[in-house]
Amino acid sequence: MTGYSEKVKEHFHNPRNVGTIDEPDGVGKVGNPVCGDIMELYLKVENEVIVDAKFRTFGCGAAIATSSMVTELIIGKSIAEARQISNKAVAEALGGLPPIKMHCSVLAEEALQKALDDYQTRKK
Amino acid sequence: MKGIYLDHAATTPVAPPVLEAMLPYFSQLYGNPGSTHAFGEKARYALEKARETIAVAIGANADEIVFTSGGTESNNTAIKGIAASKKRLGNHIITSAVEHHAILNPCHRLEKEGFEVTYLPVDKNGLVKAEDVAAAITGKTILISIIHANNEVGTIEPIAKIGAIAREHDICFHTDAVQTLGHIPLNVDELGIDLLSASAHKLYGPKGVGLLYIRRKTVITPLLEGGGQEGNRRSSTSNVAGIVGFAKAVEIAMAEMATQRPRITALRDKLLEGILGTIKDTHLNGAREQRLPNNINISFSGVEGEALLLSLDAQGIACSTGSACTSASLSPSHVLKALGVPPQISNSTVRFSLGRTNSEEDIEHVLKVMPALVERLRKISPLYQQAP
Repeated sequence: MTGYSEKVKEHFHNPRNVGTIDEPDGVGKVGNPVCGDIMELYLKVENEVIVDAKFRTFGCGAAIATSSMVTELIIGKSIAEARQISNKAVAEALGGLPPIKMHCSVLAEEALQKALDDYQTRKK
Repeated sequence: MKGIYLDHAATTPVAPPVLEAMLPYFSQLYGNPGSTHAFGEKARYALEKARETIAVAIGANADEIVFTSGGTESNNTAIKGIAASKKRLGNHIITSAVEHHAILNPCHRLEKEGFEVTYLPVDKNGLVKAEDVAAAITGKTILISIIHANNEVGTIEPIAKIGAIAREHDICFHTDAVQTLGHIPLNVDELGIDLLSASAHKLYGPKGVGLLYIRRKTVITPLLEGGGQEGNRRSSTSNVAGIVGFAKAVEIAMAEMATQRPRITALRDKLLEGILGTIKDTHLNGAREQRLPNNINISFSGVEGEALLLSLDAQGIACSTGSACTSASLSPSHVLKALGVPPQISNSTVRFSLGRTNSEEDIEHVLKVMPALVERLRKISPLYQQAP
C-alpha cells in the first residue's frame, strides 16, 4: 500500500481503545486542516495518572493507527509524562510512517495536548 | 486469497494475446523501424500495420496517428503543441474544471507564460454544458480541450456537441479519451475531434505507450525533437513492441465491445445498486446515465476513503480513492469539488472501476464483505452517529 509498516496496519485493523468515556476528565477534539481528518480523545484521570483513554477518528489508515497508538502510550502515564509525548514518538512506536503521512501523527499529538489542557482547565 | 481487482481505471492487465503479439518484437524482430535494411523493414511493417489498425478503429487515417509514451505525453503535446503553433493567432484556451492533471498542469504552465485559460464549471453530475463552451469562445481562442469521460466520476461529456461548436468557430478541438478508447464507441469524425489522447494500458495493452490523433492540416509544435520520427511530430525510436501490443489491444477491445460493454455495465449496476441498497448513507457521484460502463464513484458518510480502501485491500479487494490524505497534494479531489461535493464527503469517497477480469461472483463477494467494513469504520468515526 502506501508503505505502511506492519504495526500501522495492525493498529488500523485492530485499533485499541475505540469509543468515548462517560464523564471524562479531559477531552481533546481536533481537526486536521491539512487533510480534513478529525480526532476526538477522551481521558479518565485519577491522582494525576491517566487511567483510561478512548478515541474516535475520521481519517485514513495512518490517522486511525496513530490515534490507537497514542491511547496505548498514555494509559498509565502521569499527566506530566503524557505532556512529553510527541508526534514523532507516536510515529516511532508504530515503526515509522510514510513521509506524506507524518502530518497524521501531528493530529494525535494535538488531540493529546488539547485533552491535557482540558483536564487542567477543569481541575481549576 | 484470490484478489478482486476493481481498479481498471488506474490500469489493466495486459491481455494474453497482446503479450503474445508483442513478444517477437523484443529479441527476434528487434530492428529499428527507421533503418533501411531488412531488420528495419520488418519492424517498420509491424509499426505501420499497427498504426493502420488503430486509425481504422477510431475512423482516422493512419498518418493522423502519432505514437507517444502514454496519455500524459499525448495531453502535454496537445496543449503545449497547439499553444506554441497557434500563439500568433491567439492566447486563449478553453477547458473544464474536471480535466486530468495532465491537461490542467500544462494549462497552468501556459498561464504563467501569458496564455489565458477558461476552466468551465460542470453541473452536479459533472457535465460540461455545450452552451458554456460556445459562450466562452473569444476572438483569441485557439484550442478547446474537454475530457471525453472523467477518470474519477465516469461522466461522459457531450463531446459531439462541443466538437460541432468548435468546428463552427473553426477552433481546434482536443479530447482526452484515455478512459474511453476501447470502452465506448469513438469516431473522430462523428465527434468532430481534431486531437485525441489515448493510452494502451487502460485497455489491456502495455504501459508506456499511447497515441495522439492529430487531424490532417492541424499544425502542432512537437514536444520532443530529434530524429524526426512520427512524421516529425514526435521524435524518439519507436516503441515497436509496445505499439504492436497497443494495436492488438485495440483490435480485441473493438471486437469485444458489443459483448463486454453490456456485461460490464450489468456488473457495475449490480455493484452500485447493491451498495446503495445495503449500506445506508451512501451516494453515487457523477451522472447515472451519461456514465462509463465500468465506473462507480461512491461516498460513504463518516468513513474516510483511504481507511475503506485499506480495509477492502486487506480482503483482497482493490479500489482507489480521491481522498485528500492519499494524494500528494493533501487536498480533496478537484473533480468532486467541481461537482459541488463538500470536502468531508469528498474525503469519504471510493472509486470502483470494473473490467474484463471481473465476474458476477466477484461482485457478490464484494457486496457480502463491504457492509461490515463500513460499519467498523463508522464505529470509529466521530462523524457518524450510529442508529440505535
